[in-house]
Amino acid sequence: MRDDLLQPRSQGLYCPAGDFFIDPRWPVERAVVTHAHGDHARIGNAGYHVAAAGSALMRERLGEEAVIETHEYGEAFTLGDVRVSMHPSGHMLGAAQIRMEHGGRVVVVSGDYKREADPTCAPFETVPCDVFVTESTFGWPVYRWPPIDAVIADLLSWWDDCARRGVPALLFCYALGKAQRLLAELALRCDRVAHVHGALLQPVQHYRDAGIALLPTVPLAENARGTAMAGELIMAPPSAANTPWMRRFANASTAFASGWMQVRGNRRRRGFDRGFVVSDHADWPGLLRSVADSGASRIYVTHGDGDVLTRHLRELGHDALALEALGES
Amino acid sequence: MRRFAALYAQLDRTASTVAKREAIAAYLHDAPPADAAWAVYVLGGGKLRRLATATELRTAAQAATGYAEWLIDASYQHVGDLAEAIALLLPPGDGALADTPLQVWMEDWLPALGKLDPPARQLQLQAWWRALAPQQVFLLNKLLTGALRVGVSQRLVVQALALWSQLPTDLIAHRLSGDWQPHAAALSALAEPDSGEEHLTDRPYPFFLASPLEQNVEALGDRNDWLAEWKWDGIRAQLMRRSGEARLWSRGEERLDGRFPELETAAAALPFDGVLDGEILAWNAAGHLPRAFTALQKRIGKLKPGAKLLADTPVRFMAYDLLEHDGEDLRQQPLRARRERLATLLQDVSPALMLSPALPATDWPALALEREQSRARQTEGLMLKRLDSPYRVGRKRGDWWKWKVEPYTLDAVLIYAQLGHGRRAGLYTDYTFGVWDRSHLVPVAKAYSGLDDAEIATLDQWIRSHTLERFGPVRSVEQVHVFELAYEAIQRSSRHKSGVAVRFPRILRWRTDLAIRDADKLDDLRRLAMD
Ligand SMILES: [Zn+2]
Ligand SMILES: [Zn+2]
Repeated sequence: MRDDLLQPRSQGLYCPAGDFFIDPRWPVERAVVTHAHGDHARIGNAGYHVAAAGSALMRERLGEEAVIETHEYGEAFTLGDVRVSMHPSGHMLGAAQIRMEHGGRVVVVSGDYKREADPTCAPFETVPCDVFVTESTFGWPVYRWPPIDAVIADLLSWWDDCARRGVPALLFCYALGKAQRLLAELALRCDRVAHVHGALLQPVQHYRDAGIALLPTVPLAENARGTAMAGELIMAPPSAANTPWMRRFANASTAFASGWMQVRGNRRRRGFDRGFVVSDHADWPGLLRSVADSGASRIYVTHGDGDVLTRHLRELGHDALALEALGES
Repeated sequence: MRRFAALYAQLDRTASTVAKREAIAAYLHDAPPADAAWAVYVLGGGKLRRLATATELRTAAQAATGYAEWLIDASYQHVGDLAEAIALLLPPGDGALADTPLQVWMEDWLPALGKLDPPARQLQLQAWWRALAPQQVFLLNKLLTGALRVGVSQRLVVQALALWSQLPTDLIAHRLSGDWQPHAAALSALAEPDSGEEHLTDRPYPFFLASPLEQNVEALGDRNDWLAEWKWDGIRAQLMRRSGEARLWSRGEERLDGRFPELETAAAALPFDGVLDGEILAWNAAGHLPRAFTALQKRIGKLKPGAKLLADTPVRFMAYDLLEHDGEDLRQQPLRARRERLATLLQDVSPALMLSPALPATDWPALALEREQSRARQTEGLMLKRLDSPYRVGRKRGDWWKWKVEPYTLDAVLIYAQLGHGRRAGLYTDYTFGVWDRSHLVPVAKAYSGLDDAEIATLDQWIRSHTLERFGPVRSVEQVHVFELAYEAIQRSSRHKSGVAVRFPRILRWRTDLAIRDADKLDDLRRLAMD
């Protein structure tokens, strides 16, 4: 792939004309970072460009010393010979697509994105381009997200059921982004309180500081045990599942909120009682729609096993290629 | 279907057997009896004759979604279950048929599907899919293609029925054994008060099932309190002779009548009535050994075996327990007494009926040594049975233990082959096998042994004409053939690309019945390695 705007390198996607990397995996001089998730925002780069909406999360993640330049969504700035701007991707607070323009060509790197509405972040913006680099975390046609209303209703009835049975409702979800989205969706529908694992405290505070309405939360007491937590909703990161921490809630009903829960085997293998299908990534229809909306004449597929999506796009008549192993989901 | 789908969802959502039992009992209470009877049948593992093939479902899914065949297959591969993959691929249906009772599906609609010609069947399937919610599409697909696995055992169904009927579980188990038919009347008959006469029918007794021995064998106490036998690798069955008539029931409580005429003849010729519990084995008379299970499979499939098959693959009934003698139910007597009587009764009977010998080793260490011989004896290990125990119902821990020498197994796809050495020089006999990592097969094991000479020759020829690439002495081959490998342990390994090291792999069988998509998944192996 010879392109002065975009080259896959081992460190990540490189823009030669602007001399910067997007979401580099190893330290580089200049990094443009799409969002604050650990597989995209890595410490150790000399300088960062990020979207202003996510600056507090980035600061938290990258440390006090990091040299971070923030940009409003849609505000153009120049790196080398390239006109760069960041546009909301709808993935989480501060998540951005990167638009690069040089010599009359436009390349857009989607980063992680979703098309569904999310009360915690600006909605995905369609950015017309010549080349669109799309993520494909859920690049199989079996992934089609149910309406969030239905999922939250289901979650609330599970919570009620746990209360009836006198057991804690232990909900696993990613600590940054997913947890806050769930708390925001719940806040629209009920006025209860959620207990949160320590790993969720900082991110929840950042979202509140950004003025986003979340369900009231209390830190999970150090010595809280199953009996005292009967009928309570406890939110924890998936890393806490199957650790000694869980033993305190041996009788809890467990659930995991993730797009992967669409497939029964994924839930069964991980041993959760319930799976709630909530994702901050694009589902199959969302991927196809975004590719079409971009108007791009060339599509690169990255982030996930892109083979299926790539082949399908080619059969639909797109000039699509998989960019291998440039990131991890 | 809606109510049954709701029950399925409840069962699928919990690992608690108590919760499952209560969910089934509540369903039995609320559902129309005709539907509930079918639910009991299906949850207990019963299935209809297969009404549509996987290929038919895939073709119908292609038509219904407009997706290319490869995309349907890739989705199936990703999901791991065709019924579910199709339910997820289809646009959600309108639910118009959601309230059609389970009984109507099972007794009318599904059997009618089997009578349609293939194009009409395709259209009918699509019409159903358009009229059902995804969860119901999934269940429908499952019912069409085979059993519904929901983590519900026959025993759990029995417990739920007992809870619902307020009758003891062993009575329910007894009434449910045999060819119980899913009708409303049969369901209400399950709940009728105990008449006390029931074993005098042609039904088998509920089988007593052994549990795997997990503790140290020494923990069982005095060796003299235990009967030790080989664990035979055949078909568990009850051979009964009542009023001179012979019947054979498998542990799956299927009538085997007609399949093993030599056993029925031998039973009919017995000078007494009785019910024997034992194992059907394909027998190598010259070697005084059972033959491999694959030999027995030839017989299982044949309803009326011909003279040649009978002569080439004779079977024996290896009896190890006596449950009834001349009308008397012996199950509450201690095993010691039952065995004594059994040994006496089996003297001077047809050689087709054998007594499973008690192993003489006098202490546990000697018995453990004997167990090492299990594979050479064509057995799966040992059975240990407490001599003063009654014959219980179902899987009750404590009195019957199976002490297996069980290798782990996995199904893997042949991906590379290399020329062998020594006796096998010049033949491709060193194989590398792969399992699925998402959409790719990654190598996990190399194996050199396990195939017989004829299989090696066949495979060698095939490899030569289906080579994709050569790397020195190694060829990569088309990914077609699946093999069942046995291995001793699996460990995490950073040295292997797959992240796991499989110890002592060897080929058990060439699984011509499996397609490559049926091979194991790397994620599952990784999990095993972690456990
Ligand atoms: Zn992300
Ligand atoms: Zn990501």
